[in-house]
Formats: sequence, structure tokens, C-alpha cells
Amino acid sequence: MKLKLNILLTGVMLAALILSACGTATTSAPLPTEPPAAPPPTEAPAAPPPTAVPAPAEGEPYVVGAFFSTTGPVSSLGEPEWGTVAMLTEHVNGDGGILGPDGLMHKIDLRKYDDQSDATKAVEIVKKLIEEDKAVAIIGGSGSPASIAVIETVTNAEVPFISVASSSVIVTAADGSQNHWVFKTPQQNYPVAQVQADWMKAHGITKLASLGVNNAFGKDSMAAMQRVAQEEGFEIVWEGTFEPRDTDFSAQLTAIQGTDAEVLIVHATPGEGAPLTVQFRDMGFEIPIVHNHGIGNQSFINTAADAAQGVLFPIGKLLVVDQLPDSDPQKATLKTYQDEFIAAFGKKPSTFGGHAWDAFMMVKEALEHVGPDSAAIRDYLETNIVNWVGISGVFNVTADDHTGIGKESLVLVEIDEGTWAYVDPSNYADTP
Amino acid sequence: MKTRFSLGQLAVWGLVAVVIALPPLVKNNYQIFVVTLIGLYTMLTVGLSLVMGFAGQVSLGHATFYGIGAYAAALLSAMFGLPSWLALILATALTGLIGFFIGIPIFRLRGHYLAMATLGLNVIFSLIIKNEADITGGPSGFAHIPPLSVGGFVFDSDTKMYYIVWFMALATLFISMNVVNSRVGRALRAIHTSEVAAEALGVDANTYKLRVFALAAGFAGLSGALYAQAIHFISPSSFDILVSVELVTMTAIGGLASVWGSVFGAAAVVFLGQFIRDRMNELLEGASGEQEIIVFGLILVVIMVFMPEGVTAGGMKLLRRLRMER
Amino acid sequence: MTFTEQLAQFIVSGITQGSIYALIALGFVTIYNVTGIINFSQGEFAVIGAFIAITVAQKVNLFRGQFDVELEWPVPVAALIGVGGAVLVGVLLYRLGIQPARHASTLSQIVATIGASIALRGLVLLAWGTDPYRIPPFTQGKPFKILGAVITRQSVWVMGLTVVVVVALFLFFQYTLIGKALRASAANPGAARLMGINTRRMGLIAFALSAGLGALGGIVITPVTFMTYDRGLMLALKGFVAMIMGGLTSPFGAVVGGLALGIVESLAAGLISSGYKDAFAFAVLFVVLLVRLGGVFKRGSGEALERAGL
Repeated sequence: MKLKLNILLTGVMLAALILSACGTATTSAPLPTEPPAAPPPTEAPAAPPPTAVPAPAEGEPYVVGAFFSTTGPVSSLGEPEWGTVAMLTEHVNGDGGILGPDGLMHKIDLRKYDDQSDATKAVEIVKKLIEEDKAVAIIGGSGSPASIAVIETVTNAEVPFISVASSSVIVTAADGSQNHWVFKTPQQNYPVAQVQADWMKAHGITKLASLGVNNAFGKDSMAAMQRVAQEEGFEIVWEGTFEPRDTDFSAQLTAIQGTDAEVLIVHATPGEGAPLTVQFRDMGFEIPIVHNHGIGNQSFINTAADAAQGVLFPIGKLLVVDQLPDSDPQKATLKTYQDEFIAAFGKKPSTFGGHAWDAFMMVKEALEHVGPDSAAIRDYLETNIVNWVGISGVFNVTADDHTGIGKESLVLVEIDEGTWAYVDPSNYADTP
Repeated sequence: MKTRFSLGQLAVWGLVAVVIALPPLVKNNYQIFVVTLIGLYTMLTVGLSLVMGFAGQVSLGHATFYGIGAYAAALLSAMFGLPSWLALILATALTGLIGFFIGIPIFRLRGHYLAMATLGLNVIFSLIIKNEADITGGPSGFAHIPPLSVGGFVFDSDTKMYYIVWFMALATLFISMNVVNSRVGRALRAIHTSEVAAEALGVDANTYKLRVFALAAGFAGLSGALYAQAIHFISPSSFDILVSVELVTMTAIGGLASVWGSVFGAAAVVFLGQFIRDRMNELLEGASGEQEIIVFGLILVVIMVFMPEGVTAGGMKLLRRLRMER
Repeated sequence: MTFTEQLAQFIVSGITQGSIYALIALGFVTIYNVTGIINFSQGEFAVIGAFIAITVAQKVNLFRGQFDVELEWPVPVAALIGVGGAVLVGVLLYRLGIQPARHASTLSQIVATIGASIALRGLVLLAWGTDPYRIPPFTQGKPFKILGAVITRQSVWVMGLTVVVVVALFLFFQYTLIGKALRASAANPGAARLMGINTRRMGLIAFALSAGLGALGGIVITPVTFMTYDRGLMLALKGFVAMIMGGLTSPFGAVVGGLALGIVESLAAGLISSGYKDAFAFAVLFVVLLVRLGGVFKRGSGEALERAGL
């Protein structure tokens, strides 16, 4: 008797669940993820005001998909990206939206989700963005694994995707060609290693230790270092990894102390980079420590505090915008972004937010010119992003290069008394 | 006994009917994909409920076998070029076999030790797939896994994948029902009640537990292989400890010793997770996804403390009590 | 740096990290001896204690900038408050989650404590977010050098406090009434109850004590290795491995096990493979379990052995 009822009850509950799932599927509209930021679409377009010069009427909103990692191991990247995109959407919609090619004003209906730094969740979300939200273009993928994971989904669905992660395999397929539907805004890790190499050459350094986080970003960056070392004749005397979110590096650092490395190159994000730097200082190393662009976030300075003094790393120009020479073509754009971000969040933006800025603005520009047509947006991105001044660099996207920026978009930065200091290439030999 | 079996059959046919009828009712491929995921989790959960509910053994590393199946299928088809249907079968068999051999030393442990050992197994497995990047793709994941195809028929759409996954899920449910109602099932229940007594009566507890564990591992391997072939991409984070805990949550919600509860547990956790992910933002600006673990954690505690038989059986008890009071 | 110096450095780092495993293992042993429960949420005490101390010691904003806390009290005071907060959490956990389930099966208890662990982790994430946090070292100054190995002042604090705690714990169990009652309920709960010892209250005290031990470990290590919301589970696992290495029920064994585990881990990560650092603890676990099993298992598996897991 007990078992009978048990099975029945299970059946009933199951049926209820499935029915409720179907119910939401067939009847209810998709939930806007953030009602205050993205106002619900108005059914009837507002009648044009009876003035002499009629403002453009309002058309259907353009649905843009976004997914960032606001929790999990790469959340320090995802949070500024999320914030930037929310801010830009608010600005665009506050101004009435985008003037589309049809002459109507279109609000941006931004659907954004957290992938929790999990590649599988990213795939789920992208399917949802495409199938349910009907996004015409997608931006996001804070971590490289999440970005790599969704390539196939966006390719099959033929929806353009602009990634904000740096790994080269996001845009470059195994055969060396560019993934048709995928673009990315951060620099590759290769030019970052090139800048590090320039600095090492200026110091006459030939032997280095390379220590990286064991994830797609760290691995890609370490591979870039190997390539540069081979090309330019550096010797990697020690190479090792640590797990994401590890905070004890004594074993690795001790092993490095046993080598004759002249510099330690680290490939990490602030989460691991800050504790690593503190322990590096505590252990009394006499060689310099050079990070890569992964640590370019205020949280690195806040967490590492005194230990951050003298840390060097190549990164996009945003961090040191105020110190850039006025001749720099990006200076005005960088300044605008910085001012807007400070006004919205009360703190300085990071380059990660900058990657999201580039991705969002590229999509916005494409929407203005070609409207909500995924294929046309993709073509626009591939052919019309030329001398395009963004936050991460001056982009020249081509069919053979879906990144579009290189070494010239990077600067070397030194952390000096808790602030970012721009290092001119002519001063490499004297720094630190 | 007879009525129970026919009611079980009724549930089978009811579920089969729902499974067949669902896709046309559902609005889009994303919803199909979500229900497909539930099917995959059902295979994992039903195996876990056999191990935990019927054999009474803790397994906190079930995602390991899920991962072994997924990586085996990926490697066999993408690297060794085997046809994907053969990769699916081999991955399933291989995972079952690995489960069996891992089970030999591990099932000599009990209670806390077993819990710890299975957790440790999961940690080691995660580290291996992250570190052996030449074979597994490492943390960047394993991409371009060929879709399942049988004799020229390619399961290349979400709907096709849905049908094959649920066909397999129903098969695992059916097999599990038979196991539970067989001699093995009775032996298992005896072991659960008192292992010493069972052994005194000539039940070789270890052999039975091992067989069930291997079967559950095989189910997990099948689920993992199908998952890899459905999503064409796998990465270590899909198979880490938190996934194992999530599977335990599903099993607990469905009822540790309830084969049919597995479907309910899997569905409940998937839908609840989505609901939380969508709504969390409204409660606290910027808060999101991962905080769902608060809810899952509390659910686990509440179920284990107040209704260890699971939500369905616990609900039953409540109903009965209410009826008594009336 | 010569190889000997390197070896010395690995051992120093191992002992520092191992001290934390030892404190957590002590917590495990205390709870297990009194209640027969392995509390898988043990690592969360370390995390929560550390985060409370961090919040009191420096400027922190909570709940994604909803609240700014600017107490900036001295570190020792913060550490005490952190320990106190964790003790409170331990007591609540026992009253709400463990005590009602004390007659449940081992399996249910394990799953319940795992549930408590991830729920607490989620709460910490909600309040403090994902960034790593640090508190300043207890005393400032240059590190010491012994045999070529660098020992930071905080490492000295870590080791020193561990010694003090172990000694204090020994005195507590040996010479105080509560300590004796705790030992009695561990040795024979039935007899203890007959002697008028409230075993339920003893469970409560055990949870409070081990929460405090875990929190202390978490707080002293924070200046060295920082604290993040997701460290609890791994700390618990390592602490449990240390406990098994030390023979499950012996506080002294737990301390030795913890230190040994820390050293093994440090040496293996430095000399064999840094990528597999976390795997070595479990490799050690399997070896220990299987070696111990060889002898015990053949004697059959009575209920008492089952409870002990062997």
C-alpha cells in the first residue's frame, strides 16, 4: 500500500513538474533578467509627437545576448564586464535607443546571464539566448573555456559571437583559419609575451621561470611565452602550474629558488596573482617578478598591497590613460569610458570591462548599419571594423584575423605606490 | 506484489507517453535541451539511488564516472576515429568495468571512509583531466566531439538527441526496476538493514555491492558519453566535486531508495536551479547563479534530517499523518 | 639556493600549512569522539572565522557593496571575534542540523553535513564575494632565516599557536570537569549518561570547540595564504585525511598527521609535480586506508567496526 501510493505520488509530482515546464514553455513570455535595466518592450510604438520635426518613431527592441562569469574563479573578470555592458545599455536606451537602418529608434533589449565560470553552463545559456531570447548577436564568455565551449553552438545557429576572453583558439580553428561566426576583443597572449620579451632584452635577461594558472588562460599564455622564447632565444629554466584559486605557492616558489632564473614570469588573474606576489616577496626573492595582463584589476593592488610595489606587466592602455602621450589615438575614447564608468560605479574601470565595451560597441555599430540580421552583423564585423578605435586597441578586423589588434595596443605598466605607472619603451632598461 | 508491479508498469507507460508527446508541445530547442539534460541526470541519479538507497553505500564521487564516460567517448571517437555509436557502447562498458575495479578496494571501506575515498577519487580524477592536457585538452576542454550516428542516421538536432537520451534513460529505469525486484534487490535490502545478518544468511554482501556499483558506473558512463555527443564539448568543471554533490541532492530529493524518484529529483534540481538563476538577481542586485548552492545545501540538510526517505516518501508520511488527524 | 636549503624550505612551508590541517583534524577528532559524527562542514568553520576576523580588522564592503564595514579594530581583537563567530555557527549547526538527525543513519548524517557545508559556502559567497582577502600579519618585520630556509613571522605565529592550542587542549581534557565529561561520553556514552553527564550538551560543546579550533586555523593562516569563500571543502578533506593518518580518534595523532600531510604535500608539489598538489593528500589517504585495512578487515565486520568504518 505504502509503495503503491509512493509511486502514484511520484507520478503526480512528475506530471506536475513537466506540465509546469511546458506551461512556461508554451504560454509565458521569457523573463527579462533585469527588469530595471532593460524596460519591457512596449507593444504599440509610441505615436510620433505632434511637432514640426518629428522624432523617429520607436521600433521593436533589438535583442542582444550577453553572458559573463560574475561568480566562480574568473568572476574578477566577469564583474567589470557585466557592469560595463549594463551601463552602456542604460546609456543607449536613455538616449532613446539605436537609430536602425529602417529609420526607427530601437531600444536594446539586453539579456544577460551568469555562466558561473562554467563552460557547460555557458553552452546552456547560449542555447537559451539563441532559442528562447532570440538574440541577434551575443557577447561575453569571460573565461576562455566558456568562450571556446560555445563556438560550436553559435556556429550551428549562425549567430555572431564576440568573445571577451583572450585565448587564441577562440577565434583560430585547428587548421589555422578563423572561426566564421566568432570574434574576440582582448589581445592574444602572444603579443603580451612579446612585450615581456622586449623588457627582458632591455635588461639582458636570458633565463626565465614561467609559472601559470592551470586553466585555458594560463596555459595559452604559457604557450605564448614558449613560442616567444624559442623565437627570441630565451631559456625557460623552470615551468610549472598551480590550480585556479590556489593561494599557497610555497612549493613552486621554493623550486624556482633552486634555479638560476633571472626573472619570474607569472600567468595569472588577481585571485591567485596577489597571494603569489605576497609570498614571492615574503620569501625574499632578489629577481624581478613580471605578470601578464591577467592581473590588471584594482583588486590586485588592493589585495597584494605593499607586495605589489615594482610589479611589471603588459596590458591595454586603459589603466594608464592619464599618463599616455596626447598623440595616442585611443586617448579620447579611453578617457570617455573611464569617466562614464567612474560616474556609474564610483571606481576606475579595468581592461576587462574595456573588452566588453569593445564588444558591445561593435555590435551596436553593426546594428545601426544593418539592423537585427545576424548574418549581416557578422559580415559587418568582418569587413567594417577598420581603424576602429576601441578600449583594447585600434581594431582592424579581417577575414584572416578576427582579433584585429596586436602588440602596438599594449603598454608596459609598473605598479608604483599603489598606482599604475606607464613605462615608455625607451625606459625599459631602467625599470624597475 | 502483483499490483505493485502493474502500477510500476503503469508509471513506465505514463512516462513513455509523456516523453514521446513532449517535443511538439515545447516551444523551442532550448526547452528540449533542458529536458534532455534531465534525462542525462536521471541516468546518473538512478544509479546513485541504487548505490545509496538500496546498497546503503555513500558515493560522493559519482561525477567521476560521468566524466570517465564523457572523456572515453570523446577520445574513442575524436582521437581514435571509431564510429560514434561504437564509442558510446565502449565508453559505457569501459566505465562499468572501471567502476567494478575501483569498487574492489573502495568497497572494503565503510561509512565515513567510503565517503572520503569517493570524494578523493573525484578530486584525483578532476586533477588528471586538468593536467593531462595532451590527451584530455586540459582545462580548455575537449572540443569537436562527433555527434552520435548509427548506420548513417546522425543525431544532430536537439530533438533527435532528446529521443535517444530519454530512450536510454527509460532503459536504465527499467533495468533498475528489475534489479530492485530481483534476488539481487532483496539481497541489497538485506545488506542495507544489517550486513552482518545478511552475511550470516549466506549473502555475499561485497559481491552484490560491487555489481550494483559497476552497474551505476555504467549508467553514469552512458550518460557522460551521451552528454559529450549531445553538446560536442566537455571540460573538467562539468565533472568536479560540486557536480557530485548536486547528484546527491537530486538523489536525496527523489528519495534515496526510489527508482522513480530519480526522475523527479533530477527534474526538480534542474528546474529549481534555473529558477534561482533567473530570479536571484531580483533579490539582490548583481547576485547570481552560484548562490544556488545555499538553497541546495539547505535542501540536503532538511531532507536528511526530517525526511531521509526523500520528498515523495516524506510527503506521503505527511499526508498519512494529516489523514490520521482528521 | 642549494638542494638542502630547498628541502628545508619545503619542510618549513609544509609545517606551516600542515599546522592548519592539524587544527582542523583536531576539530574532527573532537566531534567524532564525542558524537560519532564526521562533520564534513569542518572546513567552513575556518573560512567563516577568517572572514569575520577580516571584516572586523579592515575596511570591507559586504553584499556587493550594500554595506560598508569600517571597524578596523586591532588584529588580535578581530581574531577573537572571528573565533567567537565561528563557535556560534558551530552551535547553531549542531542544534539545527546535527542534533535532530543524531539517530539517522551514517549516510544521512554525512549527506547532511555536506549539505551544511555547501550552504555555508554559499552564504559566505553571498556576503563577501569571490575575491581573496587578507589580514595583516600579527607582527610586522623581516622574516627569519634558518638553514637557508625563509620563515616569515606569521609562520612562527602559526606554529606557535598550534603548539599552544594542543597543550591547552590536553590540559582541558585531562584536568577540567567538562574535559573529563567529554572524554567519558566519548569512551562510553551509555555509562556517561548513567553517571549524569548530559551527552547532548557534550555534543554541543564538542561542536563549539571544534568550530573554534577550525576558525583559529583559518585566521592565523589568512596573512600567509589569504582566504577565499571556496576553500572550506578542500580544507575539510585535508583535515580528514590528517585525522585518518593519525589514527582517527587520537588528538595527538591528528596533529602529527596534519604536519606530516603538510610536509608530504609541500615536498611532492615542489619536487614531483605542482599540478597534482591536491592529489597527493588523497594518494596518501588511499595508501593509509588500504594498509590499515589489510589487517583489520579479515576479522569480519561487526557493527562496532562498521561504525568506525573499518
